[in-house]
Amino acid sequence: MDILQQIGRDQIRTDFPDYRVGDTVKVHYKIKEGSKERIQVFQGIVIQKRGAGVSQSFTVRKVSSGVGVERIFPQNSPNIDKLEIVRHGQVRRAKLFYLRQAKGKAGRIKERRRFTA
Amino acid sequence: MIGLIGKKIGMTQIFDENGKVIPVTVIQAGPCKIVCKRTIAENGYEAIQVGYEEIPEKKVSKPMMGHFKKHGSPYFRFVREFRPAFGQQLDDYNAGDALDASLFGAGETVSVTAKSKGRGYTGVMKRHGFGGFISTHGSHESFRGPGSIGQCAQPSRVFKGVKMAGHHGNAKVTTRHLDVVKVDTERNLVMVKGAVPGHRNSLVILHKEQ
Repeated sequence: MDILQQIGRDQIRTDFPDYRVGDTVKVHYKIKEGSKERIQVFQGIVIQKRGAGVSQSFTVRKVSSGVGVERIFPQNSPNIDKLEIVRHGQVRRAKLFYLRQAKGKAGRIKERRRFTA
Repeated sequence: MIGLIGKKIGMTQIFDENGKVIPVTVIQAGPCKIVCKRTIAENGYEAIQVGYEEIPEKKVSKPMMGHFKKHGSPYFRFVREFRPAFGQQLDDYNAGDALDASLFGAGETVSVTAKSKGRGYTGVMKRHGFGGFISTHGSHESFRGPGSIGQCAQPSRVFKGVKMAGHHGNAKVTTRHLDVVKVDTERNLVMVKGAVPGHRNSLVILHKEQ
């Protein structure tokens, strides 16, 4: 197991801020089109974090013109240029799948003011 | 095909230069040493005999001890033979030579042979991929059974080779054409794309493919 962990450790990114489930984040994702590279920003709420080590990933959900869009990013992907926290959210669950059904007021997330990080 | 003896370490993932995730199996390949050579003149066939994992003298069985002593080789836990590929010459390989992961390079393909995980006595669904039967709409008793295993009075027997439940796994399996993603010559690690038969720490044999 040790060798596997070492291989993973070399690839783990430590340059992200400490984001949590419930936070609204901006993910700056590099997109390659032929030889050109541009950066696309995906802003939404982190609704789940899963996995451990290199294979960790997180899901960001946003509602784009009335349609829910979810994107899964590998946490350690070199294609993530930057990750910004726009707003800290106060939530009581680790997975926010209820947001998919939640309408109106139920879909709001309280802002986290006390930092217990 | 020349190859190496190694140990399966486990699976993980790595990112390629485009940032794509590649699932890889990490194999500790070698370091191996050539114990002796088989020649047509002496043995009737050509091969190199490769040893892996050195062990102390007290762990060597007597027949193997004689073999190692005859060729002046160190003692190994595992010894396997590799036959040359069609038309390949084995002149470059001599007894005593060390073989390590540098035998492989990223971008090459390998075939990996190992003993698959033992599943014990399993039914036909797991063993042969049968579909089973629906569990609702009034079906009863039989959900995972094989169904019919033959005809009636003619031939009034079950044909040989009919797929049935039985022991599954723990057999020699070769997975071919696996891409080598990365080779770490320092630690003798070969990372192969995809899954490889066997459990963690099981003995695997990597064959170079032409």
